[in-house]
Order: sequence, then C-alpha cells, then structure tokens
Amino acid sequence: MADSGSEDIAVIGNTDLTPSESENNLKNTMVEKGTSLLKKMEISVAEAEKRTGKNAVNMQETYTVYLIETRPVDAASEETNPVPDSLWRRYSEFELLRNYLLVTYPFAVVPPLPEKRAEFVWHKLSADNMDPDFVERRRVGLENFLLRVASHPALSSDKIFYLFLTEENGWKETVFETGFQAKADSRLKALNATFRVKNPDKRFVEMKHYGDELQSVISQLLRVRARAADRLYGVYKVHGNYGRVFSEWSAIEKEMGDGLQSAGHHMDAYAASVDDILEEEEHYADQLKEYLFYSDALRTVCRKHELTQYELEMAVQDLTSKKQQREELATGTIRTFSLKGMTSKLFGQETPEQREAKLKMLETQIEEGEELVKERNSECDEFVKSAWVDIERFKEQKDHDLRESLISYAIMQISMCKKGIQVWNNAKECFNKM
Amino acid sequence: MSASVVDNTVSSGNSSVAIPTDISGQILDLDEDDELEVFSKDTSTTQTDGSSFNASMQTSPASMINQYKFEEEEEDADTKDIFVTVDNPESHVTAIETYITYRVETKTTRSEFDSSEFEVRRRYQDFLWLKGRLEEAHPTLIVHPLPEKFVMKGMVERFNEDFIETRRRALHKFLNKIAEHPIFSSSEDFKIFLTAGSGELTSHKKQGPGFLSRMGETVKAVAAAVRGVRNRPQEFTDMQEYAEAFSQKISSLDKVTQRIVREQKEYLEELKECGPTYALWSQSEQELAEPLKNVAGCVDNCCKETEEQVKHLNDHLIPVLHEYVLCADTLKMRDELDKAEDRLEWANNALKTDWTRWQKVMRTDLRSAFIDTAERNVSYYEKCLAVWESFLQSQRTDAEGNGNVDSS
Repeated sequence: MADSGSEDIAVIGNTDLTPSESENNLKNTMVEKGTSLLKKMEISVAEAEKRTGKNAVNMQETYTVYLIETRPVDAASEETNPVPDSLWRRYSEFELLRNYLLVTYPFAVVPPLPEKRAEFVWHKLSADNMDPDFVERRRVGLENFLLRVASHPALSSDKIFYLFLTEENGWKETVFETGFQAKADSRLKALNATFRVKNPDKRFVEMKHYGDELQSVISQLLRVRARAADRLYGVYKVHGNYGRVFSEWSAIEKEMGDGLQSAGHHMDAYAASVDDILEEEEHYADQLKEYLFYSDALRTVCRKHELTQYELEMAVQDLTSKKQQREELATGTIRTFSLKGMTSKLFGQETPEQREAKLKMLETQIEEGEELVKERNSECDEFVKSAWVDIERFKEQKDHDLRESLISYAIMQISMCKKGIQVWNNAKECFNKM
Repeated sequence: MSASVVDNTVSSGNSSVAIPTDISGQILDLDEDDELEVFSKDTSTTQTDGSSFNASMQTSPASMINQYKFEEEEEDADTKDIFVTVDNPESHVTAIETYITYRVETKTTRSEFDSSEFEVRRRYQDFLWLKGRLEEAHPTLIVHPLPEKFVMKGMVERFNEDFIETRRRALHKFLNKIAEHPIFSSSEDFKIFLTAGSGELTSHKKQGPGFLSRMGETVKAVAAAVRGVRNRPQEFTDMQEYAEAFSQKISSLDKVTQRIVREQKEYLEELKECGPTYALWSQSEQELAEPLKNVAGCVDNCCKETEEQVKHLNDHLIPVLHEYVLCADTLKMRDELDKAEDRLEWANNALKTDWTRWQKVMRTDLRSAFIDTAERNVSYYEKCLAVWESFLQSQRTDAEGNGNVDSS
C-alpha cells in the first residue's frame, strides 16, 4: 500500500506496544517479583494438539492436550540451549490441580483457569471448543495460570504443583492420595449452604461485595464490548463492497478508471484490516475475563472466612449452652426449657447418681468444647491473617494488571486509528486522480 | 447479530468475509471503451449564424435546430455571473392545505435580468413545473433531477425537519445545476422562476404549453418528417449502454453507503453503553478509579466523533449519490428519444455535447464527494487518535508522579 500520509501525529512514548508484548511485560513482572520456583525454572505452555482416545465409559472422544515445557533458568543464559523437559496435560488435569489448590490453601485467592466454554462470543468468534483460535487463546490462558501459581508466595512451593509440571505419569494418583477430595466434598457442601454469621470480619464482608460488583461490571463490559465488536466488524466489511463496485465501475469509465480501481483496492484493505484489529481486542477481553474469574476466587475466600467464623460461632454457642445446662443441673434451677426437664417435673426428679453422671458428662463435653473453641478461634485468626495478606497481594496485582490492560487497550485504539488514517489518505489520493 | 454484511441485492453471490483479490471476473467486458472515444471534446460548429439561443427569436424550426450553439466546453468558474441560493423554509397553512415554501435568492450581472438581485418564495410544485418545462423544451438534453416528491421509506413526515433540510439542499443543487448549464440558464422559464412574483408566475404557468414546448414539439415534428433512419447511431447505443451500467453502479454505491450508515448507527448504539460501564466500574475501585473514569471519558468522546461522522455521511455523500441515481434514471429514460429523434438531431451534436458536459460534471461532483468523505474519515480517526493519546499521556504522567516504573 502506498504510504502517502505524513505521520505528523506526535507519538508519545512507546505507542507501538503490541498486546503480546504487554503480556510479556506481565510475565516479566511476575518473574521479577519472583518466587523461588520462578527463580529456578522457566515455565511455558508451548503447544496444543488434538488427540482421540477412549474415555471412562469406553466411548471415543476427541480432546486437546497442551504441552508444558519447563527449563532451568540458568540454561537460558548459556550458549547451549538444552531441550526443555516437557509433558502433555489436558484441561481436566488443570482443573484437578486447581481444585486441589483450592482445598489445600483455602486462604489463597487461587488464580483462575481460562474458561471451559467460549462465552461472550460475537458473531465472527467461534463458540466451538475445537476451533483453533479458541484453542490458541486457551493455551495462552493456561500458561498464564501456571505462571500465576508459580509466582504466588504460598502456592508456588506446593509439591503437587511441582509434580504437575514435571511428572507426567501417576500424577493423578498422587493427587488423589492426598485425600483432598474428602475435604473438598464437605467444604463444598458447607460453602453452598446458607448460614448466618453473627460477627464476620467487616473487611471480608466488604471484599465479598466488591467481588460481586467486580463480577457484575466486568460481565457487563464484556457483553457490551462483544456486541460493539460485532457491529464494528459489520462497518468495516461493508466497505469491502465499495471495493467491488468501484472496480466494476472503473471498467466502464475512461478517465476515472484508474483512480476508482486503486481506491477500490484501498477499500478492500480497509475491510480486511478489521480482522487483526478485533483479534487484538480479544486479548484485551481475555485479560478482563481473567479478572472476572478472579472475582469468583475472591468471593470464595470471603465465603470461606464466613464458614470458619460460623463454625467458631457454632462452637461458642454450643459451649455456652452446655455451660448453662451444667449450671442448671448444679443449682437445680431450670432456666431453659427441655423435654427432659418437663418430664422429670412430671414424673419425678432424677436420682442424685443420675445427676452426678450427667454433670460429669457435661464437664467432659465442656472441656472438649473449650478446646474446640480455642482451636476454631485460632483457625479463624490464622485464616483471617493469611487470607487478608493474600487479598492485599491480590489487590495490588489486580490494580497493576488492569491498569496495564487499559493502557494496552488505548494503544490498540491508537493503532486502529493510525491504520484508518493511512487507508483513507491513500483512498483520497486515488480519488484525486479520478 | 447480523448474519451477513453483504446486501443481497447489491452483491452477486460475493461473500463479505473473503475479499476476492482477483476481481477480473467481475469487470464488465465492454468494448465500449473504443466507442467512447467518440465522446471526446467535440465542438462542431453550427451551420447558421451561430447566435445563441434566445427565446425571443422567432425562427423556422429547421434553423432553430441548428441554433443549438456550443459554448466553450469548460465552465469557467471565474466567469460565473449568476448565483442562486435556496434557503429559509417556511410552512404555510391555508384552508385546503399546508405546504412549505423556500426562499430563492438570485444575484446576477446578466443583462437580460432587469435587476441584479431578486428574492422570491417558491414551493416544490414550482420546481417541478420548471423541470417539466425544461424537459419539454430540450428533450435531448439532460436535466438534473429533483428530490423525490414523497419519501416512502419509514414514516417520514413531509414536514419533518431533516426531510425539509435534505430537500432544501437538493433544490439548491438543482437550481445551481440549471444556472451552470450553458443552455438551460438562458431559458425564459428559468428567468421567470427566479424573478416573478407569485401572481405573475401563476399566470405564466397558465399560458399553456408555451412557446418553448411548442418548440419542442416542432423539433419532434421535424424529426418525424425526416425519419427514415432504421438503425440507431452507434454512439447512441453506447451511451444508453453506459447509462444502464452507470445506473447499476451508482445504485449499488447508494445502497452500500446507506448500509454503512446503518451499521455505523448500530455500532454507535453499542459503543454508547461502553463508557457508562467503565464509569460504573470506577465507582467500585480506588487505585483504578481514575484510569477507568478516564477511559470512560475517552469512549464517550469517540462516540461523539462517530456521531458526527455518521451525520456527515448522511448529509453529504448520500444526497450526492442519490442525485446521481435519479440522474441515471433520467438517462435511461432517454431510450424514448430514439423514437422521436433521429440522426439529423444527432448530427447536430446537441445531445453529444450535453452528454460530454454531463459526464464531466458527474465526474467532478462524485470525485469531490468521495474526496470529501475520505477527508472526513481521516479527520474522524485523527480526533479519536488524539483522545486516546491524551489518555496514555495522563497514565504516564501518573506513573512518573507516583514514582512507579512503568513496565511498558
């Protein structure tokens, strides 16, 4: 394309940062702030492949596997570039890893996986999981997930995570051997139940609301953006019709022919340019989506706090009632209604021996109860402490990342405008020749 | 969501997703290019005294035909001696009807006008009348089209502001095209249209077909008398073929442009929701509140620019394309000519010269309309570019202010 327009628009700083570059920046940040794992090891999800095999119910299925490559950090700086260690994993294994981390580190805001099924699609974008573009974006998302875990202060030193990266065979069995599933089931049930907490930590209540708001607003933004992208696609593509008609028209004109024909080519180029533009924007959408899913992880942590707080409160409540029962039994006054109390009133008091036995039992229970309360209290305290640390870490990360995303979005818009200026200036030159 | 972005009536099975790089298959296979050589600048002189056509001259039909004199091909802008404007629409209510009149202002140095400035009020009917008269008087020449009588699409009221404005612009162009035409501008009917009071105009209209149309009929009579030609002149055929093809192309362009406007409007509707969403988000954030609000502002600004751009397309490119769609219809209808006119008429070149002139004017009009559109698009992108660059600037300043090292 003839470059006719002069670029007299001031370029402020590095406005030509591509989205992949800004993603690299993200990774570099993670490495710089580095955990000990990342200091030792380079991690990447290099490729994706289709496989077919028999599934659990002996049916033929097609699925995608992803190649995880790890390489010692020092090796990269040497002259020789050794072949990295690598293994293949499928999405369900990533899910298993994440579930394990969720249960094992309840206080952590666990990084999310890329979406299982394509959501927020717009017309051109395929909703098919086998679509190569979807697979590619998922590959990037999975790599991101691994890097996030690897840069998390607590999660990065997990053994199962390390094995996920290095041991292809038998990893699944190892995970199941940890018995995390049992904990998972009970925790899950508890999390899904509704319960009222009397005294939750206010900060966690606020965080939960924030998580709700974040999820709602990012969903809305993704929806609106997808619709706008669809429309923008239409605008650009219709200009392709100009190209065709100009070309046909140029054939019947003598003097205008050349000008029309070349203008037509520019219109075709304009129409074609939207594909790249929107592909770049999908990267931006993916960055937003990560934080959409992160909001869920945040809410989960807050919910877990509520759960531990609730369990503490239950234990305290139980202890209090037991203590009360002991008092009543000791003093003979009945303050609380109980069927036993009524029946003993009606049918006569218990024998002193019976009372003695009961008191003893209560004492034991109270002792145990006090232990439990102590336990739960410290559990709660610990949870609040470590969870709040991770939440603060998450907040900082989120603020930094999203700001970078907004900047990269602005850069994309600028790039789109520059292309538009160039095309229309070129078209104008051609029209001049008409 | 739109399933296809190609208007089926425009395309011939062409998919919008795959832009064909080889369009040779779609180029009309015409040998006409050679024939079109005929339409180069051709100033054949007349056979009589060559005096310019004047309504007051009474001459025989034969000599009248010969008196289509050919002015210089070039319309020299510097020698423009008449300026006409159409503005100031006003509505009038009577017992029977409501209608709109437009102010028609004329400034001229021409001697045949009694004064140098005129101001009259005319309604659409009057313009129709003028056009009719010109067509009658000069059946072989191309009269620029008028905006349509009724607009069928949607439920556009006749008295809707946009409709009136669009019509006013078209009427203005119509009169200016007449004024720029070497032959039409000296028409007596034109002069009366520009200068007569409403009473005078009405009585002039009542004069019946008038001298001019009588002249037109005489031309037809003469032509009939000399008939004997069986075949159309090749040039005429070529012209009509061109007219047909041109009509198709210009209609396509009109449709494509209207489609673009529709898509832009729908894009705008969606974009309008983006800014407020960013603003809503900023309310939940602390550190991020400022950049989010900033982005919201940028998106809103881009919305405004998009709105302006759509309006410009609507107000400038579309009317011009539409005019030429109507023009093309006029051209096509000249097939009728063939029955009435003949080689004699043709030989006098009235048609040919006017045709050449029309093509030049068409070229100029369409070229400047497209250039205008291209410039507007450039300006649109430049403005949006500035919006986003100022956002970037603010973010960098912020980063430096906070002492952060920006990772970009």
